[in-house]
Order: sequence, then C-alpha cells, then structure tokens
Amino acid sequence: MFLGITSAGWLQLVLFMAALTALAVPLGGYVARVLSGQRNLLSPVIKPVEGLIYTMGDVRPDQDMTWTDYATAVILFSFGGFILLFGLLLTQGFLPLNPQHLPNLTPDLAFNTAVSFVTNTNWQSYAGEATLSYFSQMVGLTVQNFVSAAVGIAVLAALIRGLTGQTTDKLGNFWVDLVRIHLYILLPLALIVAVALSSQGVIQTFVSYVTAHTLEGPHQTLALGPVASQEAIKMLGTNGGGFFNTNSAHPFENPTPLSNLIEMLSILLIPAALCFTFGQMIGERRQGIAIFAAMTLVFVPLTAACIGLEQAGNPHLTTIGSDSATNMEGKETRFGIANSAIWATATTAASNGSVNAMHDSFTPLGGLIPMILMQFGEVIYGGVGSGLYGMLVFVILTVFIAGLMVGRTPEYLGKKIGAFEIKMASMAVLLPCALVLICTAVAVLTPWGQAGIYNPGAQGFSEVLYAFTSAANNNGSAFAGLSANTPFYNSLLGLCMLFGRFFVLLPVLAIAGSLAAKRTVPASSGTLPTHTPLFVVFLIGVIVLVGVLTYAPALALGPVIEHLNLIKG
Amino acid sequence: MSLIKHIQPTVVSLAVFTVLFGGLYPLATTAIVQTAFPDKAQGSLIRDGQTVIGSRLIGQNFTQPQYLWGRLSATGPAPYNAAASSGSNYGVNNPALIEAAKARRDALNLTGPVPVDLLTASGSGLDPHISPAAAAVQVPRIAATRHIPQQRVRDAIAAATQTPDFGVLGEARVNVLEVNLRLDGRLK
Repeated sequence: MFLGITSAGWLQLVLFMAALTALAVPLGGYVARVLSGQRNLLSPVIKPVEGLIYTMGDVRPDQDMTWTDYATAVILFSFGGFILLFGLLLTQGFLPLNPQHLPNLTPDLAFNTAVSFVTNTNWQSYAGEATLSYFSQMVGLTVQNFVSAAVGIAVLAALIRGLTGQTTDKLGNFWVDLVRIHLYILLPLALIVAVALSSQGVIQTFVSYVTAHTLEGPHQTLALGPVASQEAIKMLGTNGGGFFNTNSAHPFENPTPLSNLIEMLSILLIPAALCFTFGQMIGERRQGIAIFAAMTLVFVPLTAACIGLEQAGNPHLTTIGSDSATNMEGKETRFGIANSAIWATATTAASNGSVNAMHDSFTPLGGLIPMILMQFGEVIYGGVGSGLYGMLVFVILTVFIAGLMVGRTPEYLGKKIGAFEIKMASMAVLLPCALVLICTAVAVLTPWGQAGIYNPGAQGFSEVLYAFTSAANNNGSAFAGLSANTPFYNSLLGLCMLFGRFFVLLPVLAIAGSLAAKRTVPASSGTLPTHTPLFVVFLIGVIVLVGVLTYAPALALGPVIEHLNLIKG
Repeated sequence: MSLIKHIQPTVVSLAVFTVLFGGLYPLATTAIVQTAFPDKAQGSLIRDGQTVIGSRLIGQNFTQPQYLWGRLSATGPAPYNAAASSGSNYGVNNPALIEAAKARRDALNLTGPVPVDLLTASGSGLDPHISPAAAAVQVPRIAATRHIPQQRVRDAIAAATQTPDFGVLGEARVNVLEVNLRLDGRLK
C-alpha cells in the first residue's frame, strides 16, 4: 500500500502508461507520414482506392485550401453527416436489420443522438439495446464514429500546417486529409482492435436476441448485436457511445481484464500518438515531447488520486457490516477498483466518454476528478485531433501570458502571436466554460431541469453540472442517474455539443490561417523556449488555473458538499 | 463559390464512408471473428442439448439458498435483465444504497462481516462474477441446503475461479453461473 493504493493498483497504472507510451511513439511517426502524404507500408494497397474516391468526388488532391475554404468543407461535411444520421434514426422502424422491431426515435432524441455522434461527443440519451436497431448502430453510429474522429485529426493537420507554413494562405486539402486519415489510420487500427476484442468474448453477430432458460426463475433475454466492430472504433476515435446502455461495463462490450486493457489503451492511443506526430511534422520532436509530458504530468497524479479515493471508499458500508469500505457500487468484479478508476480518468482526460463503471456512484471526490479533467477543456490527451488542437490553443495562451510577464512579443515556433490569435484562443477556451455554467444554472432553476435529477442533495446538482460539462466539452460520459432523455435536456445538451465542437474548431482554423500567413522568425536570445521543463510547468499552471478559477464555486456546491456529508457520517 | 464546389465531395465521401464503415467493415469483422472465434462471437452461450441456458459472460439472478448468489443488480423491471443493462447510479449518501445493502446483508444472515461486493450493485447489472471471498462465505449455506460436504461446494467454486489475467490485470473472480451449473451437475 502506498497512498492508499494497493501494489497491484500501482503496477497496473505503471503498466498502462508504459504500454501507452511504447505504442504511441511509433504510431505518431506513422501518422506524420500519412498526413504529409509520404509513401508508407499500406500505400501499395490503399493508393488505388484513394485515387478512385478523388475521381468520384471530383477532388483535385494537389489543390490546397485557405482556412475559410477548409472550414466550409468541414462544416458542410459535418452537416451532411448530421442530416444522414438524423434521418436514419427518425426512420429506423422502416429500415432493415431490426430484428427486435424497435420503433423510430422521437425527434428530440434523434436530434440529440445525431448531434452527439457528429460532434464526436457520444452522449447517451438513448439506451443502446432498448432503443437502436442493428442498422442504426452499424450504418448510423459506427460510420459517424469514424468520420467525426477523422474530422478532428484533419483540423489538427491544418493547424500544424499553419504553424509550419511560410507566408502562405494554404492549409492543405480537407478531402485528401479526410480520406487518408480514414483509410491509412482509422480503418486498419479498428480492424486489429475489433478482432483482438472478439478473441476475448466481445460479440459480433446479426441474429436476434436469444432467450436463455435460466437455472432459477423466469427466462433471460440476451441482447446481442454486431458489437466488436463498433466497440473498436468507439474507443479509438474517442467517441465512447456504447452499443449497450451500460457501455463498457457490459460484459459483451468488455468481458475480461485484457479486453479492458486493450480498450483503455485504445482510448488514449491516437491522442497520445498525435503529440509525436506534431513534433515530427514541425521538425522539432522535443516540442511534441514537451506537450506529451505536460499531459502525462496532469494525468498520472489525478489517476492515482482517483484510485486512492475509490479504494478508501464509502464508510457507510462498514457501519452496516461490510468487510471493507471499498467503493464497489457501480463497479464490475473483474475490473475492481484500479481498472475502474484508471478508465474513469482516461475516458474523461480524452474526450472519450465511455465508462466501465458508473461515475454517479463514485465517491464525491473520486467523481470530481473525471469532472475536472473534462473542465480543463479536454486537452489532457483530449479527443483525437481536438485534444491536441485544444492543447495548442493553451500553448498560445501560455506564451502570451509569459510574454506579458517578461515584456517581449510572444512567439511560438517562430510565429509571432498577435491580437487576432489571442482573441480566437480566448474564445475557444472560454466559450465551453460559459456554456457549462449558464446551462447548469438554467437547468437547476427550471422545473424541466429539476425533473431529471435522481440522487438527493448535492449529488443531484453534480449530475446536472456533469452533464453540461460533458456535453460542452464533447466528452459524452454522464452521472447517469440523470434522466436526460427529455425534450429539455435533449435540446439543451444537443446545442451545447454543437457549440462546444464548432466554436472551438472554427477559431482554431482561423488561428491556423492567420499563422500560415506569417513568416517564421529565427529564434533569438529573447525567445522563450517552449520545450523546457519550465515551460511545461507553466503550461500546466495555465490550464489548471483557468479550469479551477472557472469551476471552483460550482464544484464546491456539488462534489465538495457531498464529500463533507459523507465524512460527517 | 466555394460552398457549391464542396457539395459533390461531401455527398460522395459520405456515401463512400457509409458503404465502407457501415457495411464492409462490420461485415469483414463478422466474417473474420465468426471464423476465428465462433463461440465467442455468438455470445459464449452455454447450452443443454438444444436449449440455451445462459451465457458465460452474463450473470443470472440467484436467490434460492442452494445456489451461489452474485452481485446485486439494478436492472429493471427485474434483476439481471440482459435486454436492459443498468447500474443503480446511487450516490454514496443515497439512503436507497444503504437500504439495498442492508436488505442483502439480512438475506445472507452471516455471523461475520460481509464481503463488500455482495452488498453493492454492479455497473452493468449483469456482472457474472463475485470475489473469491464472497463465494467462500456462502459455502456453509449451500452445503447445508444441499446436504453435501462443504468440500464439494469449494471444489465447484475452485473450478470456476480465475486469477488476474497474466497475474496482474484485473481481479481474482468466481463465475457464479458456472459454480451453480456444476453444483446442479449440468457442467462437468
């Protein structure tokens, strides 16, 4: 035991971080080759398919786009995906592969679910096995799991080109980025992970639900489906929307500790790898390593704290005769405390939002940690692409603040940071914060918002705060006691997801366009180096300060009061 | 106009990705895993002759004294509803959490402390496992109800116990359904 964590718990945390780093470094290099259009291992197979898609789409791959052009393509593509998914969910009752004869979704639920998947949030107002047909899961959700992830990486690629470009207005071609990310990165990884998960017992079948004649009492209906293929991309694309209601706590989504490790690694794999991709593409690996270090230095201590808090658990249990206070409510036996807590922090550090344990039943402070990780703006690894572009926004703010302190013009990677970049960066950082706090206030003050609250007292407030935190930062996990499948929550959370995605993504593209037009100035003795431990600490300081200053009052009303209630007994 | 020129690539790429990721990718995955791991891909079902009696991965509700009991389950309308997975979502201070734990404690009627996993509901409501400690405390009740030596119950439990994967990953666990099938002589 150290800090209240068992040695097995520490060992699993260390193993997880070691495996993550070992996989992320080579993958990062590969992704850099793909995004730069260099030949790679898969080129002989994929190049012809790629060319065929460009021909059909009338795309000229050598034609680069300005930032407004790139943004237009992103918006149009996302809007098209939304219409497709919205229409499909509204009409699933008439569509094939629906052995349970599940009806069409209501308009508000279809809106919420479509927005949720297009924005890479994957908030679950729906209950997978009871709401969605196999067709909706496969042709609707699985497709958006891929494409919303690819859009995030594409926008990151455009930002990197903005940082490296020299007095140009071109940021690359969105369609080329999109096709290459799908075919070279997401598809091969998803196939490997799907097969690996299936070897552990994750199901992949199209037959209708099976009736089991149980040993004791009534029959048991086993919900089935094509789970493995969706599970793989759900984790890799930081999507997180479960095939089943209880997501990766469900044994058919996550049957063994090994499948659990594969899924947890898949959550952080691409976001972590992109740090190394970034270093390689700007031609200075140590810049990528510094960002990876900053993320890891926030992630590991918070994860250890979460394990310790869940291990210390709920003293109410021992007073009624339990052999320990360990907080096993909402957790699965095969995962135990350590794997449930590592998952909870990984899924909220990244904007994944899948769960393998019920966060609403975490201890108050154990549940505060996932919440604050989202409130940092989903930049601790973050979503695929969106995590790193969000982090780079914080980097820009950090060099600006540092520049103010020493009285020098701020610059990053040789690009002068001007008023326009700071305005855009501030908007990208502050808008999600405003959405969370305003919508939480609206919900707790109105009868429609209060109606969804499940747990009594401060925990009920935390449920609402968590929901809007999750939606506006495009995470998708929940304190799931909240009854969010109502027109009020479906609409308001849907709008939060939309604004939280596009009013970060658009300012980022604007920054990319503005930086690309500037000349790179050589570093001088007056330049603040951005790869040093000092800068890493400063960057972490800015992220934590913005998060804590914004959310401390709200967190005091929710998790902190609930914790005080817990220890007073 | 830049909007117009993006319409064709939008339509074509959405169509191509829908066919590829909504159709070919799941079908290819199905073809591979149904060949490589047919039993697992179909849900690790346990059959008695032609009848499906459950899945190795999905817990069942046990309340009778001759059976090993599993985790509490918060699924509705009945526990262990495998068509509507759900956790309790009780917060730590929710009185309902303590009431459910007390009811379970009283039903178990043990002399010593109760292993915590028997007093709490799982995340999925379908947890197939309990800890070895939670299985051990139930041995006397099962043996007495069935009029069999306690060692036979312990053997059935030992045969359904898994250690952490590779010695480090996850927790030691006992598959409740497998123990009960062995006790009933339906699984060798």
